[in-house]
Amino acid sequence: MPTLVSHPDEVRVLSRRFGQGAADINKYIELDGYKAVQQAIAEGPDWIISTMKASGLRGRGGAGFPTGMKWSFVPKQSEKPKYVLVNGDESEPGTCKDHVIFREDPHAVIEGTMIAGLAIGSKLGFIYLRGEYRYLLKIVEKAVADAYAKGFLGKNIFGKEGVDFDIVTQTGAGAYEVGEESALMESLEGKRGVPRIKPPFPAVVGLYGGPTVINNAETIASAPHILLMGGEAYAKIGSERNGGTRLFGISGHVERPGVYELPMGYNLKKAIYDVAGGIKDGKNLKAVVPGGASCPVLTADEIDVGLDFDQMGKAGTMLGSGGIVVLDETVSIVEFALRTIAFYQHESCGWCIPCREGTDWIKKTLTRVYNGGGNKKDVDNVQYLAENMMGRTFCPLGDAAAMPTLGFVKKFRKEFEEYIAGNKAGTPIITVEQLVGAGH
Amino acid sequence: MSEITNTIFSPELAARFDKLVTLYPLKRSALVPMLLYAQDEVGYVSDAVVTEIAERLDLLELDVRNVLSYYSMLRTKPAGKYNVQVCTNISCMLRGGYEILNHCKAKLGIGHKEVTRDGMFSLEEVECIGACCWAPAMQVNYDFHENLTPAKCDSIFQMYRDGKGKDEK
Repeated sequence: MPTLVSHPDEVRVLSRRFGQGAADINKYIELDGYKAVQQAIAEGPDWIISTMKASGLRGRGGAGFPTGMKWSFVPKQSEKPKYVLVNGDESEPGTCKDHVIFREDPHAVIEGTMIAGLAIGSKLGFIYLRGEYRYLLKIVEKAVADAYAKGFLGKNIFGKEGVDFDIVTQTGAGAYEVGEESALMESLEGKRGVPRIKPPFPAVVGLYGGPTVINNAETIASAPHILLMGGEAYAKIGSERNGGTRLFGISGHVERPGVYELPMGYNLKKAIYDVAGGIKDGKNLKAVVPGGASCPVLTADEIDVGLDFDQMGKAGTMLGSGGIVVLDETVSIVEFALRTIAFYQHESCGWCIPCREGTDWIKKTLTRVYNGGGNKKDVDNVQYLAENMMGRTFCPLGDAAAMPTLGFVKKFRKEFEEYIAGNKAGTPIITVEQLVGAGH
Repeated sequence: MSEITNTIFSPELAARFDKLVTLYPLKRSALVPMLLYAQDEVGYVSDAVVTEIAERLDLLELDVRNVLSYYSMLRTKPAGKYNVQVCTNISCMLRGGYEILNHCKAKLGIGHKEVTRDGMFSLEEVECIGACCWAPAMQVNYDFHENLTPAKCDSIFQMYRDGKGKDEK
């Protein structure tokens, strides 16, 4: 079972019920559960949306789009039913925060889904979990069943005439690409998870052609807390234009890996050295992938930066999904870049040619380099391939593969060149045999 | 709802499927979960599974196979009773994921997507399973095992051999 961690610098908003048995509905109610949604019913959609806007909450899946604004884009009048879709297809390497939310506080996801439904005028929400999260799906299914039994879901919820809301849980079956919102809708419609072209955006034409709000599970789970504490109070915890807190998963070469809740804007260096206890076994830091595998790498001297969407953007990378992966001095960047692109090559759905071919050729080239057959032009070729993937695909998977690749070859170009010249930095982990015919 | 007279599934699963198709605005939405739940019971997505699910959802078998081939957890051949899935993605890699994979290969005497002769275990190298902060990690069927060491893997395998492993479905 994932162990829970804590640190004095944490600000516990989203995680305040963690470790307290809040998967039990009675415990959840005891800890202020299902109060926010009742207030939302009383106050109405405009109040919900203005509170969410005031909170400065931005999407926790990775894109960082303001949640209140996203909800306000859904047309009030619609001939087709509207839907709420919760993205729990957590698959970005380095990210395991939703895992903890589903296990420790599933009712917060359910309550958040209802709040989103009330805000946009939807009566049906879907909570989609990745297929690997079966034990979490069972926890969420039980939580949903308990909420129905209490009259919190179904017809006339909380005894309010004419207020209906249903939730259906859904399992995926293994596909990173399905974490992309349009591919997620395709999957939920029983199809291959290939992306749809945008526009139209899901807020206008989404699931089954109806207006749809799609939010990451952490974003959704934040909503009840925001309504309870007030939008301004939530915003104040974070940094400018980045309201509140978020769950950061710190993994890799740190002494105390774990999922920590820190205020937005918290310093990355402090997160690694104070919160996560510094580099494992007293080694030196080499690099940090700050927000899941798709975010461009930061070198050891670039980590004195605030963890919010804007500051990370200014630093040339992204806050992403909050998965901070820490690399010590023993890591070969050539190998790490290869393992990263191998993942994206495996997960590319093949729909868009720049992504399908680009990931494959970068992987092939880096494999040759890794195996000692590289030549001087390879670094330029990899960069050229990655640059030509950027912005040329339906969904962001192409960018997600290209961006970290560009980060590695630009910031560690010397290491690639020296590797090709025969001077291999780092301690290799993957063998040639493992790269041929393995899972990726 | 399609009337399935000769279902290949257990009465429980058949009843579950009868209900599942009613939950969505379009019943095709039940396809991915149905394939996975059918695989859980049958062991893999057999031709008979494809035929019955197509019938239940009023789809062509081709539609079902088209979806089936997309999702990495779905398989068309039997796996072992316990399918060992070792993550080697970045967070696990940094904390010994490949060492764990190599150990499992040696211990079980099988490679990627192979099954032991007694049918007890199969092995897969998988991409990120969402256990990055407790790396290295693996799943045996649906159960997570984290902070692995080679010795811990051995005791996990023994636990399953002794029939004492949890087997969440």
